[in-house]
Amino acid sequence: MTATSPARPAASKPSPSAEEIANRKIAQVIRRHGAQPDALIEVLHQVQEIHGYLPKQALDQVARQLRMPLSRVYGVASFYHLFTLEPPTPHRCAVCLGTACFVKGGADVAARLEQRLGVKLDDAAGNGTWAVQHVSCLGACGQAPVLVVDGVLLTKLPIDQPEALDAVFESAGMPSAGAVPA
Amino acid sequence: MSVITLSVNGKDVAIPEGGSLLEATRAAGVEIPLLCHLDGLEPVGACRLCLVEVEGSNRLMPACTTAASEGMAIHTHTHQLLDYRRMAVELFFAEGNHICAFCVANGNCELQNVAVQVGMDHSRFPYQYPQRVVDASHPLFAIDHNRCILCTRCVRVCDEIEGAHVWDVGSRGSHCHIVAGLDQPWGEVDACTNCGKCVDVCPTGAIFHKEDTTAEKLRHSDRPALLKAARDEHVWRNQ
Amino acid sequence: MSSSAQTKPARQLRCCGASGCRSAGSEELQAALEAARDAAGHTAQELAIKPVGCLRLCGRGPLVACDGPGGTTLYGAVPPTEAGALIEATRNYDHASDTLQASRLDPQLPFFALQSSVVLEGCGQVDPESIDDAIAFGTYSQLRRCLHELTPEEVREQVKRSGLRGRGGGGYPTGLKWDTVALQPPGPRYVVCNADEGDPGAFMDRSVLESDPHRLLEGLAIAAYAVGADRGYVYVRAEYPLAVERLRKALQQARRAGLLGSGIDGTSFALTIEVRVGAGAYVCGEETALLQSIQGQRGMPRPRPPYPAQSGLWGAPTLINNVETFAAVPVILREGGDWYASMGTAGSKGTKVFALSGAVTNTGLVEVPMGTTLRSVVEVIGGGVPDGTPIKAVQTGGPSGGCIPAELLDTPVDYESLLELGSMMGSGGMVVMGETTSMPEVARHFMRFSVNESCGKCVPCRAGTVQLAQLLERFVERRASPADMAKLDALCRMVKATSLCGLGQSAPNPVLSTLRYFRHEYEAACRQPALCDRP
Repeated sequence: MTATSPARPAASKPSPSAEEIANRKIAQVIRRHGAQPDALIEVLHQVQEIHGYLPKQALDQVARQLRMPLSRVYGVASFYHLFTLEPPTPHRCAVCLGTACFVKGGADVAARLEQRLGVKLDDAAGNGTWAVQHVSCLGACGQAPVLVVDGVLLTKLPIDQPEALDAVFESAGMPSAGAVPA
Repeated sequence: MSVITLSVNGKDVAIPEGGSLLEATRAAGVEIPLLCHLDGLEPVGACRLCLVEVEGSNRLMPACTTAASEGMAIHTHTHQLLDYRRMAVELFFAEGNHICAFCVANGNCELQNVAVQVGMDHSRFPYQYPQRVVDASHPLFAIDHNRCILCTRCVRVCDEIEGAHVWDVGSRGSHCHIVAGLDQPWGEVDACTNCGKCVDVCPTGAIFHKEDTTAEKLRHSDRPALLKAARDEHVWRNQ
Repeated sequence: MSSSAQTKPARQLRCCGASGCRSAGSEELQAALEAARDAAGHTAQELAIKPVGCLRLCGRGPLVACDGPGGTTLYGAVPPTEAGALIEATRNYDHASDTLQASRLDPQLPFFALQSSVVLEGCGQVDPESIDDAIAFGTYSQLRRCLHELTPEEVREQVKRSGLRGRGGGGYPTGLKWDTVALQPPGPRYVVCNADEGDPGAFMDRSVLESDPHRLLEGLAIAAYAVGADRGYVYVRAEYPLAVERLRKALQQARRAGLLGSGIDGTSFALTIEVRVGAGAYVCGEETALLQSIQGQRGMPRPRPPYPAQSGLWGAPTLINNVETFAAVPVILREGGDWYASMGTAGSKGTKVFALSGAVTNTGLVEVPMGTTLRSVVEVIGGGVPDGTPIKAVQTGGPSGGCIPAELLDTPVDYESLLELGSMMGSGGMVVMGETTSMPEVARHFMRFSVNESCGKCVPCRAGTVQLAQLLERFVERRASPADMAKLDALCRMVKATSLCGLGQSAPNPVLSTLRYFRHEYEAACRQPALCDRP
């Protein structure tokens, strides 16, 4: 590969914009799935990995290249909760409200987070920096109650010891109550 | 063509093999309420108004999607079914914003007709007053989501008969709503051919001609069946 | 096969690397153990440190099992600082530190002693990321045997004899389902593994996927052979990244080893399996919705019949079973259907895996014969509520199931008994509730779940669950009226009877079962309790 490709792009050609690069990556993903409509969900997963969410112009590209109706692509993208149609906040947490977590105080974890961060549960816009969403079960019931902060699973949250719980939030990088979001 | 026989509310009927329970009820001269079903479109069994009791089964079956079979005995108007139907209609009214007095479809609305049919004069369940929008971006037509009951007839007629697939259902659960294109204003969606079939089939005043005002909407819900017969069987009844 | 998989070292430490223990720090512990072994001058031949899957007692993770000449010892919650002591203890336990002694778990604990490992026999034994290790353990030997020695009919006969019923919740006889698919007119057909385990409180399938993925693939391949399918899908929820990763790895290894693909093991049998990852929709656990999702559509269920066994993926006959069901198949063939049927009750054969969690001392995975009483699962195996207070109820079957009160804990766990109590087997989640748990709150918790997960296709589920959740809100906030009680009863019955799919039909179950056993809590939440109707 390295031997045959030019050392650097020709000076006359401007380097492709971030958007062009993303478009090319998406086209590649679609080709890899043989442009089959049944691969739509797989393709959307990968588009979300590229952009962090599903921008409308990417959905438009997916629909055209999979030769599917726009409304069907939108219908699928908006059906599944793990797909997000708006740009995400830089930091996110997901509170598990599965039954085991519920029994062990998961709702209290959510309430404390709402208070601490000044956000509303399941409001994707959050406070601009942090957003808190609920998940129905992470299958980590043995460690309930649990919380995911920026992809890291925090387990056995000490819900009946407010100070210890605050310390967990603190070490996960969450600004404390009243702090102005960056 | 082979024929099967079954009984509807104790009356024996014969219908062609492959027919649905709905055809059987029609053969028996029994009318059951329908909202999502429309002849000529693929049945989906979503509104649950046409549920019937089948002897020997403890599950209620939707007449529109269930194939009739030899010797079946079905009941369409038991006390229990009437009760459930009324509740379903109450749920329809409570989940949207249906204000008949100034609706384009007042007097010619299938939801209204069904409410009369099942004897629903008020809803026991509190109205939800959802925040919904009106999209009048299309030059000829408009969609008022407040009046939508999510029967998906528009989605199906546009996909199955017109072949444009402008419409689909977005989101899920109580957030479901009909979308045009990528949830765009209808007028911006190039795929729309302005054929107006979605207006024809909409059971309520959700999709309407812009020139229509209160109680002026006319429905043409027979068109999909006519078009389908013309297309598939080359039989023209739409003279 | 590598030779290392066959020659067993004299001593080994098996470290659980499934999600539960990972989140408790198993990776750090394993690294510390390897470093401590090297520091102590032992070679991998003398003392193997093996990553394995679930060792069951998830609440005490990270778990390490120590195999030596004197048998097996299990340690829980071992801090990485004790790695050196643990390595030392493999030679001589007598000098174990206090911390290590405190971490030692007694293998005679009912939690371990009362379990029977059938589906889970490889969990915690095999390295989930090594096909060589799986093969050395015996995985794929039944697939080979089926392909070379048994006809598809003979395979189905064993499954029928076993009495195995679908472990996803419905309990439909597996052999009958296989027959239905196999006996469809000639043409393409598919096998699908439902690994969209979404019931809150359920993590059985995740554990199998993370701990022993090759067993699942073997079961799936045997099923494909038995029904004549040459394509299969495993539909896994995206919330299980480690399971997806290990499954993909296992598929790749199996293809390389010639156990998947064309001409499997020198026969004419061919099978391609693909992984499809969900995107966050509980309803996709419903089989018709799952098929829609595999085909890249919204996961909307459709009325049945026709059943997927007649018309499934792309209209072709499709066999759908869940992870635990497929994982039981290799053992059934190895030991025979009659052997499997000798366990359990008259109507529910074999063993069932439960995920035990909530207000219970021992949380984790439990596999017991069908017919074991709820009491022995939650009180004896589970050890009851941690602070010794009585159990109030046990929730089984997730959002489709119900709460069984303490006085009925002597009920045997089988499909019919649980249904009679207004609950259901479900996929196997079992959440224990202590005295402080309020039942209207539990009901509201599940109803909110159903509101969130309703696909929106049919009106009873889309609008009915919203109304039910609001009604329950009034009880939780203690501002309900006797009329609300009547509405709650009526609407529950309507949603149950008229919803299109299993999700909607069972959404009222948590309300109905708590109304049945804990009606007084609802009445107490009414402003004029005396006026509440008694059924």
